[in-house]
Amino acid sequence: MKPIRNILDAIKPHVQKDGKFHAFHSFYDAIETLFFVQDRVTSKGSHIRDGVDMKRTMFVVVIALMPALFFGMWNAGNMHFKSMGMEKELMENFWYGFLKILPIIIVSYAVGLGIEIAFAQKRGHEVNEGFFVSGMLIPLIVPVTTPLWMVAIAVAFAVIFGKEVFGGTGMNIMNPALLTRAFLFFAYPTFMSGDKVWIAEKADAFSGATPLAELTAGHPTGISVAEMFIGNYSGSFGETSTIAILIGAFILLYTGVASWKVMVSFFVGGLSMGLLLNGLSASFPANAYLALPAWQHLLIGGFAFGGVFMITDPVTASQTGTGKWIYGFLGGFIAIMVRVLNPAYPEGVMLAILLVNIFAPLIDYYVVESNIKRRLKRVKALS
Amino acid sequence: MSKTKERELLFSPKNIRLLTSPLGKENPITMQVLGICSALAVTVQIKPAVVMGISVIVVTAVGNLIISAMRNSIPNRIRIIVQLVVIATLVILVDQVLRAFSYEVSKQLSVFVGLIITNCILMGRFEAFAMANKPWPSFLDGIGNGLGYGIILVVVAVVRELFGSGSLMGYKIIPESFYNFGYSNNGLMIMPPLTLIIVASIIWFQRSRDKDLIEK
Repeated sequence: MKPIRNILDAIKPHVQKDGKFHAFHSFYDAIETLFFVQDRVTSKGSHIRDGVDMKRTMFVVVIALMPALFFGMWNAGNMHFKSMGMEKELMENFWYGFLKILPIIIVSYAVGLGIEIAFAQKRGHEVNEGFFVSGMLIPLIVPVTTPLWMVAIAVAFAVIFGKEVFGGTGMNIMNPALLTRAFLFFAYPTFMSGDKVWIAEKADAFSGATPLAELTAGHPTGISVAEMFIGNYSGSFGETSTIAILIGAFILLYTGVASWKVMVSFFVGGLSMGLLLNGLSASFPANAYLALPAWQHLLIGGFAFGGVFMITDPVTASQTGTGKWIYGFLGGFIAIMVRVLNPAYPEGVMLAILLVNIFAPLIDYYVVESNIKRRLKRVKALS
Repeated sequence: MSKTKERELLFSPKNIRLLTSPLGKENPITMQVLGICSALAVTVQIKPAVVMGISVIVVTAVGNLIISAMRNSIPNRIRIIVQLVVIATLVILVDQVLRAFSYEVSKQLSVFVGLIITNCILMGRFEAFAMANKPWPSFLDGIGNGLGYGIILVVVAVVRELFGSGSLMGYKIIPESFYNFGYSNNGLMIMPPLTLIIVASIIWFQRSRDKDLIEK
């Protein structure tokens, strides 16, 4: 750590006020706080019991994403070689996927952080860590074959119009990572759906359709329940493996970064919509999709990933306790509804979460209002 | 003009300002946020946007002129009805002319020419300007506001057609070699919602250029 401190100390005079490179002070700040704990200490009494700040929170989420990321790398290689009819070693699969996802991660971080730093400089803010998590989420929710320039445009769109126009980190209404995906989905639909895009350099004879696409087309998923759990089927990088996502969920819940209320109610919402549809399937035998067991919905596609990493984003979620229950439940409920009932969108998790993101402040408003009303009644009864 | 008063010049600075201020500081779309609905609908390509812009210029200018000429004889209680009659007459005229001389474009614009009747810019200008001013300034004001509307329409349409279809006025601009390299048209550009974002960007740009426009 000593050499880094020395380098930083040597640079410091140049970026302070009146220094030559004052324009880069916020970038310097960001680097310094990345390596060292800030020496600013509260002088008066405060009630902070823990040094958890945004940097640490974000770092926990990135760590929680690692299992899904590593599994995604392996799976990208695995699916590629499988489509060729080859069996490869673990490391070979892994290495192939690593080379595929690395450029997407680099582009996502470079574009997103570049824009954030530019805005922070312009407004005289500090650069904060808001994009750490989004930059890692984005590669995990796009297909392997997404062209890099599309990733760059979509990230720029999401960061500027989803986040910076609202005032930057902590002010955004919608999840920037999902906005990136939504932009790609609507702007370049042929690169984001179908059976060609999910496997890198796929052999033509091999069907690369995701289980959800198969289901929408009225076919069975073609994978076993164990495979749903492990996640060795085609889909976006990080979304397939339920086990890897569960490890992430455990980390998030153990450290208290994500709200367990939102997470639980999201899965309950999905499950209840699934059960409702199962109940309806007897009356509509033409639609075989309705009969898919409700619990299987939770295992395939992006449902688990969305429920653990997307809807729990503390900025865009509801803030009140009751609000969190409603918010999560609605998210899961709508996700499965879109998935099954709208043939145009094989996966509804993205759209559902973006929709409830918009409703989150409204939910909070009514929860607070009803609290006030209830308390007023109590006060009146006493007096 | 009465002889006792000093004759005002036809293009006095005040009248010129009537013509130019709607292009910038008092633009009907970006500053008053009127007429957004038609901006969403007709800006996928440049040609319909231009035709729409011209139609609105004609209707606002002539409508302002007529209302201003009648302003002293319109009973206050039924003025909205009178204004609507004038607009409706003009819009029908424009629609018929379009059908006669450029049938293809009129088919593309379909219902939106008829919906000029409901364009808020018209009623806004009649109420705010023509009812209280002389015919000539009203005429200029109408042209100015129509132009301000049309310019935004064309700017939005250029962006949308260039990135959404890769062409301008129907001519291919983005070369075929780009597509072979993996370039692809942006499907979101063809959908109406993106217009809101483009208009918002124009507002953003305009306000950051001119700090006076930012509300306190």
